[in-house]
Amino acid sequence: MAFAHSDVQPVQPAQPGQASPWSAVALKILVAGGFGAGKTTLVGAVSEIRPLRTEEQLTTAGQEVDDTSGVEAKRTTTVAMDFGRIDLRPGLALYLFGTPGQDRFWFAWDELAAGALGAVVLADTRRLADCFPSVDFFERRGIPFVVAVNCFEGTEVFAPGDVRDALDLDPGVPVLLCDARRREDGKELLIRLAEHAMERRGFVV
Amino acid sequence: MTVEDTAPEPSRTEEPTQPAFPARPPVEDQWFDDDAGPMVRLFSMTKGRTRPVEEGMFDLISLVTAVHPDESEEPDLDPEHRAILALCRHEPLSVAELGSYTDLPVSVVRVLLGDLLHAELIAVTRPVPLAQLPDERLLRDVINGLRAL
Ligand SMILES: Nc1nc2c(ncn2[C@@H]2O[C@H](COP(=O)(O)OP(=O)(O)OP(=O)(O)O)[C@@H](O)[C@H]2O)c(=O)[nH]1
Ligand SMILES: [Mg+2]
Repeated sequence: MAFAHSDVQPVQPAQPGQASPWSAVALKILVAGGFGAGKTTLVGAVSEIRPLRTEEQLTTAGQEVDDTSGVEAKRTTTVAMDFGRIDLRPGLALYLFGTPGQDRFWFAWDELAAGALGAVVLADTRRLADCFPSVDFFERRGIPFVVAVNCFEGTEVFAPGDVRDALDLDPGVPVLLCDARRREDGKELLIRLAEHAMERRGFVV
Repeated sequence: MTVEDTAPEPSRTEEPTQPAFPARPPVEDQWFDDDAGPMVRLFSMTKGRTRPVEEGMFDLISLVTAVHPDESEEPDLDPEHRAILALCRHEPLSVAELGSYTDLPVSVVRVLLGDLLHAELIAVTRPVPLAQLPDERLLRDVINGLRAL
């Protein structure tokens, strides 16, 4: 299998059961938003590897009661996640995970969101309400996020302020217009997110 | 064309109109529930075999590396175990990448990794909880790294 990383560090023999001897740090950013909002497109545009897909099998326990038996039914769902990777420097990799689009899979996010540096919420102005659950989710968990208004062709161009008002965002939350297919736009979003995460921690950007 | 809006917009000169979008409703009555849904991973493909490993050991972005630089130092293994070791022999790979490249669900990869860890054939670097990181330097590295892309 070929990998696209050019500056791979020579690997020291690792010690069994221990952390690798060189400082390898992996960070995670989530890309969320409604169905078809451009999550996979954004992950692909900024990643150095083609977007990968992996499947996580999850069940919700005790969530639903089976109508016929009255017994709690466990529902098994396979959640497909798109993700990509950016090598920021040797030993520092940034992973981007597209959250599953359908709202009924939201329960998978908790695991996905744990330890995330932040999130990009993609807003499709044709269906703005689709991103409400994502905004609620990151607000509630105190995860820094930026809102990216994806500009699809043939849609009216809205002022970021309109989106900000409709989403009732905290004043510090950045709202940007973007084209998810453009790498430069994706880079800008991620930089703004990292800066926002710094501000949230009280660091001077 | 990335236009940023850092502060709430000054009120515009046009006559007041309908808001452009219906507003996001308050969150209280939505379907969020903090104790909703303990998640139970399935291990069907591994015949229910699970080896207890430390919680969080195989996070999606835990980085895995084969301990031995040479395959010949490894014992007889199932093809799936060998496939994983081959992938992460020369560079650390995340659990998510291992799942993708082996075409196995992450839940299954975790079980196989548990076997490999038990056999002392892999080293694992778990993601450091963000609260514990010297995060200003790291965040600056992220910003600089992104700018340099
Ligand atoms: N014009 C335009 N089209 C876009 C943009 N972003 C995505 N698209 C297109 O919109 C469609 C959906 O994009 P995806 O990236 O698959 O959306 P998604 O959020 O991953 O969708 P799901 O995973 O199904 O929820 C694709 O055909 C993209 O090519 C954009 O910024 N501008
Ligand atoms: Mg997608």
